[in-house]
Amino acid sequence: MTRSVRRTRRMLQVAGAGAAALMALSACSSSSTSSDSSATKSDKSSSASPKLSGDVTVFAAASLKESFSTLGKEFEKQHPGTHVNFNFGGSDSLAASITGGAPADVFAAASPKTMKIVTDKKDATGTPAVFVRNQLEIATVPGNPHKVASLKDLTKPGLKIVLCDKTVPCGAAAQKALDASHLKLTPASYEQDVKGALNKVELKEADAAVVYKTDVKSAGGKVEGVEFPESAKAINDYPIVLLKNAPNAGTAKAFIALVQSAEGQNVLSGAGFLKP
Amino acid sequence: MTSLHKPGAATGPRTDRPRRRRVGTGGRRGVPLPLLLPGLLALAFLLLPLVALLIRAPWRSLPGRLSSTEVWQALQLSLVSATAATAVSLVLGVPLAWLLARTDFPGRGLVRALVTLPLVLPPVVGGVALLLALGRNGVIGKWLDAWFGITLPFTTAGVVIAEAFVAMPFLVISVEGTLRAADPRFEEAATTLGASRFTAFRRVTLPLIAPGIAAGAVLAWARALGEFGATITFAGNFPGRTQTMPLAVYLALQNDPDAAVSLSLVLLTVSIAVLAGLRDRWMTTS
Repeated sequence: MTRSVRRTRRMLQVAGAGAAALMALSACSSSSTSSDSSATKSDKSSSASPKLSGDVTVFAAASLKESFSTLGKEFEKQHPGTHVNFNFGGSDSLAASITGGAPADVFAAASPKTMKIVTDKKDATGTPAVFVRNQLEIATVPGNPHKVASLKDLTKPGLKIVLCDKTVPCGAAAQKALDASHLKLTPASYEQDVKGALNKVELKEADAAVVYKTDVKSAGGKVEGVEFPESAKAINDYPIVLLKNAPNAGTAKAFIALVQSAEGQNVLSGAGFLKP
Repeated sequence: MTSLHKPGAATGPRTDRPRRRRVGTGGRRGVPLPLLLPGLLALAFLLLPLVALLIRAPWRSLPGRLSSTEVWQALQLSLVSATAATAVSLVLGVPLAWLLARTDFPGRGLVRALVTLPLVLPPVVGGVALLLALGRNGVIGKWLDAWFGITLPFTTAGVVIAEAFVAMPFLVISVEGTLRAADPRFEEAATTLGASRFTAFRRVTLPLIAPGIAAGAVLAWARALGEFGATITFAGNFPGRTQTMPLAVYLALQNDPDAAVSLSLVLLTVSIAVLAGLRDRWMTTS
């Protein structure tokens, strides 16, 4: 039993590495095209200051893992001598660590609500900037055997649906979309985070789940995505901010600039994020 | 045997120091400082977080928070499923403990190690393993679904299974230890007097090791009550069906820390009441 767990875990790792590699490739190919359009102010400043060094610690929402890892490597390549450390996790717990005094430079949250925890405690400098948005999508088992084509189809009897719990951003967004279309849905489970919901579909324990577009994309072929128009009413903003007690503010600023640059945006939209 | 060794081993390394200290602290209650300080530190370390919970508890809004149906549902489900998981552990675990303690078979050492695996396995891994085995698409679960239409994830039965998976090793270890300490000659005497081996187990061994079984059951129950990772992974989270107290606490923490503290307090009170009530009676008599 444990061996099979290990095997799937390894498979997941391999899949994750593959996805990261793909994104890195897409980032490379797009960087050539983006160079002409990247005449934004922020991008200039990042390349204009040549003497960047040291470690930057970035606390980022778990959903940013693949794209931010790619951007981190890109940043280190552009600025030799720098090193980007990531702490990926639930935005709530990251915010709690930051307000608890964790030595971080940058915070990228999956919702304005979680960002507010940090800004309310005056742990951020300036106002957080929304750098991407994430839209919901229905994830079904491959082949979509139950022919789920809309949010309403999820309310069909006999279907096993999982949602995120209403306390976490993806669950709140799903509830918003359901409410906006006056649909009532009784799921088999309210999962503790979006990956938990996605996993239940990947393992075929649930027939469908409401997750983010980026999650469907990162799952590769293990789930099938079904877009639904109501998701437009529940789009999540992702804010990023420089933290007040940042040990390496200068380099941290440059990383934020990279995230907001055309190049960074290309990597992020490659992962399924929407432009702000 | 072991009690004969202890005094010698204990006085051995202390020979150069003991006299002054014993005189200093006086008689029977001689507590050496190198033991006292770390001991008290350990006590503080273990109790401080619980004290913090009491200090930070939103006492004023507590009654209102705890009267919600969701809390009672979660508490009730926790108590019922932990008790059911303990029952499963007893029915299956005691025989397993007997096999491990009283029979000899090739690979017994390995089996014993595997039995204790859920103790050290991260509970989430246990939950994933359960999904892969008993899930709708799992190795066995596939057939359960196809033949009997039984699916375990997202059901209360799934909660019981997840809790039993994590809690049963506590019972097995405890009972096996008691069995090893119990004198097998009583069983042998019973069998020479004509009792079958099962009768001897039922009439002689079982009463003999009852305190050990009770202690193991309490441990297993307490572990099942606090189980989180395997439960949320295997059984999911649905109020009234699979949402136990630890799950409710975790999810409350996401947007209402005060609610999480209140729920933790309830779980803490229940755990202390049961452990204190049963521990003195059962766990010291063995």
